[in-house]
Amino acid sequence: MRQHSAEAAQDFSSVDRTVLVAALVAELAKVLPAAGLLHVKEDLKPYECDGLSAYRELPLAVLLPETEAQVVAVMKICRAAGVPIVPRGAGTGLSAGALPHCDGVVLSLAKMKRILHIDPVARVAVVQPGVRNLSVSEAAAPFGLYYAPDPSSQIACTIGGNVAENSGGVHCLKYGLTVHNVLRVRAVTMAGDIVEFGNHALDAPGYDLLALAIGSEGLLAITTEVTVKLVPRPELAQVIMASFDDVTKAGEAVAAVIGAGIIPAGLEMMDKPAIAAVEPFVKAGYDLNAAAILLCESDGTAEEVAEEIARMKAVLEASGATGLRVSQSEAERLRFWAGRKAAFPAAGRVSADYYCMDGTIPRRRLGEMLTAITAMEKKYGLRCMNVFHAGDGNLHPLILYDANVPGELQRTEAFGAEILKLSVDLGGTITGEHGVGFEKINSMCDQFGADELRAFHAVKRAFDPEGLLNPEKAIPTLHRCAEFGRMHVHGGQIKFPDLERF
Amino acid sequence: MSDRTQDDFRDRILARKPLRLRGGGSKDFYGGIIVGDVLDTRAYRGIVSYEPTELVVTARCGTPLAELEAALAQRGQFLACEPPRFAPGTTVGGAVASGLSGSRRATAGSVRDFVLGVKVMDGEGRVLNFGGQVMKNVAGFDVSRLMVGSLGTLGLILEVSLKVLPLPQGDASLCFDMPQDKALAALNHWGGQPLPLVASCWTQDVLTLRLSGACAAVASACAKLGGERLDATVAGDFWTALRDQSLEFFAGETPLWRFSVPSVVPPLALPDLPQLIEWGGAQRWVRGELPAAAFALAAKVDGHATLFRGGDKANGVFAPLQAPLLEVHRRLKQSFDPYGVFNPGRLYPAF
Repeated sequence: MRQHSAEAAQDFSSVDRTVLVAALVAELAKVLPAAGLLHVKEDLKPYECDGLSAYRELPLAVLLPETEAQVVAVMKICRAAGVPIVPRGAGTGLSAGALPHCDGVVLSLAKMKRILHIDPVARVAVVQPGVRNLSVSEAAAPFGLYYAPDPSSQIACTIGGNVAENSGGVHCLKYGLTVHNVLRVRAVTMAGDIVEFGNHALDAPGYDLLALAIGSEGLLAITTEVTVKLVPRPELAQVIMASFDDVTKAGEAVAAVIGAGIIPAGLEMMDKPAIAAVEPFVKAGYDLNAAAILLCESDGTAEEVAEEIARMKAVLEASGATGLRVSQSEAERLRFWAGRKAAFPAAGRVSADYYCMDGTIPRRRLGEMLTAITAMEKKYGLRCMNVFHAGDGNLHPLILYDANVPGELQRTEAFGAEILKLSVDLGGTITGEHGVGFEKINSMCDQFGADELRAFHAVKRAFDPEGLLNPEKAIPTLHRCAEFGRMHVHGGQIKFPDLERF
Repeated sequence: MSDRTQDDFRDRILARKPLRLRGGGSKDFYGGIIVGDVLDTRAYRGIVSYEPTELVVTARCGTPLAELEAALAQRGQFLACEPPRFAPGTTVGGAVASGLSGSRRATAGSVRDFVLGVKVMDGEGRVLNFGGQVMKNVAGFDVSRLMVGSLGTLGLILEVSLKVLPLPQGDASLCFDMPQDKALAALNHWGGQPLPLVASCWTQDVLTLRLSGACAAVASACAKLGGERLDATVAGDFWTALRDQSLEFFAGETPLWRFSVPSVVPPLALPDLPQLIEWGGAQRWVRGELPAAAFALAAKVDGHATLFRGGDKANGVFAPLQAPLLEVHRRLKQSFDPYGVFNPGRLYPAF
């Protein structure tokens, strides 16, 4: 009998939900074009996950506004109805930041994809959030300019998504991250207000809300327009490919290059398993006998590059490189890079599934990290290949697994979490450029204490008091950390006397 | 010693009376009129860690900027954002809290761009850590950068980690006789070319450029651009004086206004007032009594104005904020400093 009433309650709630969803869809239909409102299950399916397909959920509906006015209208309707909004760009994110909320809607900015204005004299581009990263550089190319941040997914990922994640790329040691290359973000708040963070000058009055908005993972406001900086395309770029017979030596060579006062345009490292996976696939000419290779790039004027390449070669040789090749043409340079950029698809070729981590560590701790990862491979019975933005300490271990083998995904997640924990312990961070999203939310408890988490929640409330924008992402609740059983403690001291509350 | 200093700071903060956070006092003139007892940060000083090959230095707030810069120079590195030192005692904490950047800002980046992490004490005396010591870090909101330029109104910056860069190998300065409109056009044209142009200064119809980077690149740019090459010592002194505002232009009691505008904005309609232009056209200094309409004038060209030094602060010092943004500011202030302890009124009258 008791069971019966429970079922009845559930039925009632499901009827209730259908009615509520129908009402919400009817409201949204008044402000969105028919093609911009998806609510039939088959149509929702492509939106159930982003680039991290291990986590899936169906939203109530997917909204694809075409104008800022439609975004404002959508925000007001959802706020009035108390419906969570999950923003989405191209869906290439690797941290499940665009994972739908089962009681919410997905707000895709994919249809707002116009480059509004390119000013070659002021060296800025004003673009809508759905514009692809690479297309900004393509549009700026006739003027000898480009947009510097180049995440590996740049042919697909959007500027709106780059702003949300503060995306980097292989050139960010020299040219900076998204936060260094965006002047202004125009956005709509959950209240439906249009606001501008930053402006077309180099700074803005008041607090630096632009810095807060960039990398906020869609928790603070919906980006509707972005002004990016364009920089002169260097006359020339050349890359050195250096082989090492020992991973630690390669790591020391990285420190030696920086220590010699050189800031390479790109400085990347791949270990033996990564080289072995990539080479048959791309035929980049990588040294299959090397324990690790470094790609070290110089760009600038022809004279500048010649001078810098000579300095780099000297340092790499002195650091014990067993082989050095300098690209002799643009085609060869791109081929050297093609292998690095294809590391993720190559992992997909050698393994049914792979899981990409994103910790950053101080460069000098690289040897310790790689040794620990080797031990973890044994512990979890899984293989791992490493690609590494060596110049800025950002590691991308790719854990290879098979989702169809029971238990492998769970072992993979535990493996990944252990790498992230170690990143924090070595003085680094759990995410260098992919974001926390839903994926690393528990690892946030390793990196931050209760006071910092409270401060993050306060920042969130300052923009979105009701907590409707991308809820349950990026910043864990204290309750969640308590359940997860981990909370970062500074200096080994328990300084959260109120923790017993949870 | 330092722990005790931190405890002293906490005791002062927990008294919940307005405090005026102060390092060397070199920027006392900057910002709104402030009240409260001075909390002197200079006892909390010293470089905590410095790893040249990691390109990161961490220092306590009360560390003299000169001491930090000397330590970097010893290892052939520098703070490329070159925060101004208006007086000898300028501290690291003050440089970060004010967020003011030197002459390389348009190309090398601002103080905010170089901040990797901070340790702050909030209005309830809690020590919070944001960011870290690595270049790439997207865990949590970027509260470190929020602190930059907040003029100490959100918390007491205890410690800061900054990205450092190797000192450029080559350096040269060139002078050109040019009226303002021609100089602005030239700066914007050159800015779009792959030249090692790192700083610029126009005043009294003379444009001075600084080129810095690989020796070969500097040499070829000098040949390409022409102009008159300055003696290295004269040039070094000039850029230092510009950075620290000890050039003749900045002397005297006449109010100093700062216009932060897009670099392509034509000469401001203030022809009779002395002007000095930096940052490739994006930072323009004006000497004179300007009405409150100066704020609107700057906003019209998509920039903003600041009454930087002197003058009548009754009409405000910083440009007014858009209403929804002002509300966000209020909420942030309320959460970091619920009892209004930190520098009340220094940024905006309301906080």
